[in-house]
Amino acid sequence: MHARAEASTEQAAWPEEIFAILKRFEVRQAPYVPDAGHSQLITRVLGEPSMRGIPLTTEEEGVALLVGAWAGGQRGVLLMQSSGVGNCINMLSLTQIFRFPFLTLVTMRGEWGEFNPWQVPMGTTTQGVLELAGVKTLRASHPQEVREVMEAAAGQAYNACTPTAVLLSQRLIGAKDFTK
Amino acid sequence: MKKANLLGRREVVATLLRHRKDAIAVGGLGASTYDIAAAGDHERNLYLWGAMGGAVMIGLGLALAQPKLPVVVITGDGEMLMGMGSLATVGLQSPRNLSIVVLDNESYGETGGQVSHTASAADLVGVARACGIADARSLATLGEIETFANAMQDPSGGPRFANVKIDGANLERVMSSRDGMFILTRLRGSLGFGPI
Repeated sequence: MHARAEASTEQAAWPEEIFAILKRFEVRQAPYVPDAGHSQLITRVLGEPSMRGIPLTTEEEGVALLVGAWAGGQRGVLLMQSSGVGNCINMLSLTQIFRFPFLTLVTMRGEWGEFNPWQVPMGTTTQGVLELAGVKTLRASHPQEVREVMEAAAGQAYNACTPTAVLLSQRLIGAKDFTK
Repeated sequence: MKKANLLGRREVVATLLRHRKDAIAVGGLGASTYDIAAAGDHERNLYLWGAMGGAVMIGLGLALAQPKLPVVVITGDGEMLMGMGSLATVGLQSPRNLSIVVLDNESYGETGGQVSHTASAADLVGVARACGIADARSLATLGEIETFANAMQDPSGGPRFANVKIDGANLERVMSSRDGMFILTRLRGSLGFGPI
């Protein structure tokens, strides 16, 4: 098990696969609250002329932003950590009101060897919160399944306007541990 | 409760939208949506009946997707206070075609007129400016509203922020459609986008 700080300095293949799929689906706006697990993808987004990486002050801003993007003819993707899902709850109403193509990629904390107890409550309820809010969840726990899960998620979000979250599990990303 | 010398909200919004041309207008939850409806239903009106705190971000997504069109967000002080961080997000992106107008009655008019933070403590113009929106100002006269309405037609001069202290009169509701799919599909259609 790698510490997340180590993992983030290596170039993993799966963030590249996610990026390639977002590009193929012509995603234009990529709002995010940073997470170490998303750092490689965020760097790729910020370096891609056809995409706009948009730092947020809180995650629910991203849900509203994607409504505006779609109203104006563009697709987007919201990048956040599991703790941010809680911040989004009321704004997720918009996915039912406007039935716009909502895709979020959620890096998980509070599971699989989590060292920080403060991450556990929201990490434990992340999937349930999304499902109660009407967002379908798909999970990737191993590098070799990320591409397939991401293809399915992007397909149902962008082609069927089915609000979808991909949970990128802590097992995939690597548990953070400051105690070593 | 009508203070002297304050502008009426309906007159402010009617003046902002009178010569709107191609502009897209986003109305924040509450009376701002009624004001936009009162100024005349329009295929480029995006009325919000919920999503408190999200009006500016919806405007930002639209402005970035349609950089040649003027986008104006018209919302209230309570709705703006809930989404204050979005002013920092707008300041960072600096979309030239986005204008934000806050109709500031210093109260939560929809819920019984409870006093809001802008009555004595919060200065939204100062917040907007400190978030990097250099063109942030208070508007106090109809002449200033007209000047702002003309300026917001220029999609290369923003982002702009204006706070308008309005009188606190609770006016009759002018109901817009509450059907999100209708409102969104109509707006997308006016921009040339069909259904999936």
